Amino acid sequence: MDPALLVEWLVKSGVIIFLILTGFAYLTLFERRVLARIQVRIGPNRAGPLGLLQPLADGIKLLFKEEVIPDKADKVIFILAPVLTVIPAFVLLAVIPLGPEISILGRSYSLSLAGDVNVGVLYLLAVASISVYGIVLAGWSSNNKYALLGGLRSAAQMISYELVLGLAFIGPILLANSMSLKDIIQAQSRVWFIVLQPIGFLLFLVASIAEVNRAPFDMPEAEQELTAGYHVEYSGMKFALFFMAEYGKMIVVSFITASLFLGGYLGPFVDKLPLLGPIYLLVKVTLILFFMIWVRATWPRIRYDRLMALGWKVLLPIGLLNIIITAILVILVGGY
Amino acid sequence: MSTQLILFFILAVIAILSAIGMLVSKNSVYSAMFLVLNFVTIAVLFLLLNAPFIAMVQVTIYAGAIMVLFLFVIMLLGTDMAAEGISMPWQPPIAILLSGALILEFAFILFFAQQDVLPQIEAISAAFGSPQSIGKLLFNFYLLPFEVTSVLLLVAMVGAIILAQRETG
Amino acid sequence: MTIPTNYFLALSGVLFILGVLGVLIRRNSIVILMSIELMLNSANLAFIAFARAFEAHTGQVLVFFVIAVGAAEVAIGLSMIVSIYRSRGNIDIDQISQLKG
Repeated sequence: MDPALLVEWLVKSGVIIFLILTGFAYLTLFERRVLARIQVRIGPNRAGPLGLLQPLADGIKLLFKEEVIPDKADKVIFILAPVLTVIPAFVLLAVIPLGPEISILGRSYSLSLAGDVNVGVLYLLAVASISVYGIVLAGWSSNNKYALLGGLRSAAQMISYELVLGLAFIGPILLANSMSLKDIIQAQSRVWFIVLQPIGFLLFLVASIAEVNRAPFDMPEAEQELTAGYHVEYSGMKFALFFMAEYGKMIVVSFITASLFLGGYLGPFVDKLPLLGPIYLLVKVTLILFFMIWVRATWPRIRYDRLMALGWKVLLPIGLLNIIITAILVILVGGY
Repeated sequence: MSTQLILFFILAVIAILSAIGMLVSKNSVYSAMFLVLNFVTIAVLFLLLNAPFIAMVQVTIYAGAIMVLFLFVIMLLGTDMAAEGISMPWQPPIAILLSGALILEFAFILFFAQQDVLPQIEAISAAFGSPQSIGKLLFNFYLLPFEVTSVLLLVAMVGAIILAQRETG
Repeated sequence: MTIPTNYFLALSGVLFILGVLGVLIRRNSIVILMSIELMLNSANLAFIAFARAFEAHTGQVLVFFVIAVGAAEVAIGLSMIVSIYRSRGNIDIDQISQLKG
């Protein structure tokens, strides 16, 4: 194996982990500030200038908290579950191109960890489908009925909305005629797919919010009915890991949305200055994250049976119809 | 030894150990998790065998959907620690003995007899196993089986609902 | 250097035998269903190995069908286990012997 390739991979993995960790830390602050603004409050602004040191303070506080493992809990799985929840959030980013290929010192580098993968979209679906385990196992191993119910609820919810997510993926795949994310982004150089696939975009947005268990679909952690759902028994750093997984997944889902529907790293002058690509992508991701926080501040949580009915009786048929219409149009127009 | 070969042996050991783990775990939740590990390792082996599409399908469907169904049933029925009565104590030792014999037969056939049946593998083109080529085969030559599979899945769905629904409804 | 097909077949054989052992030794019907899945998977591994050896996509397409059939089988099998558990309060297959004459 080429040692230069190994170094390249290590550097890229480091960048991805750094991106998600700092992204997670500052997303919590961003969310609290935005929520406060929407609710006419000020939000955390004491720790450091503009409250920029708040995430650090929170992290230190959580590190010093006592870690409680319930007596009747299944110890091994109880410790394994938070880890299993966090890993998918990190590995998902591997196939997403963060920018066009750049060349430094005569070697060209693609700005995604795995390069150009011909099953990139399927990889996203596969890893997303694995992320259910952490939550189910956390609920089960806590040996607490609220936790178990929260875990099972969220598993049912994630499996149901994964279908919608998969159906929403198919629109861009049909239009780009490829499952590689690089091809999908390149196909949007004239028109973003949000214009050609408005229904697909909405489906994807709803399904991805449900997939990361965010309000108004935060059923698994409904405080009022399940105390805190699957992570009732968790404390200290293990609790922080669940938190990190939720926010990490929010960030990654925003990256995916931006790549599939908003043209990814594309924007004016990217072909001349490739380093503008990541900046455009980050701007788009921040806008989507802002939208998700806005949704949380606006809508109340919907009832669990209505959530399932929405997924199976409304979103799934619309998704199927969207695919049929897209496929017919692609054939009639002769490909995009 | 090439990196691929080292990777293969590591994966093979993980796959076999996780299968054994599934067999001996008293707790069915552990069994299910060992099986998930096994399926994911096999998916990585598929990647080594130039089958990225099937590897991803394997993870999505087996690890992501089927095993979650297992966990659901185990957790909802609360049968994770179901005690197992032994009605035929002579069966396990004989089973182990016979499977040992079967392994020896496999080993003999694979590594001693009939070495020249399988073709030598030359360099495989990069497009082998791509979604495009599998899709073409699936929707041309195997179109009828594909449609029959969808009917089968529908029947299974209806059947599962009827079997699991309570009598009172 | 590519890995010889024989190695994959050997691994597939070992996994298949472990699946058979699971069916023979365990009495928990859920674990038995899991062992059947393990056997299906070992067969899939052999299919994919042959597909590469002969450079034919047919093996991979067949695995696709096996996975679909496996999904249907699990859905039916698990719902049968659920309804058996409801009526008998047990999932030990040695206890399910009503048909024994």
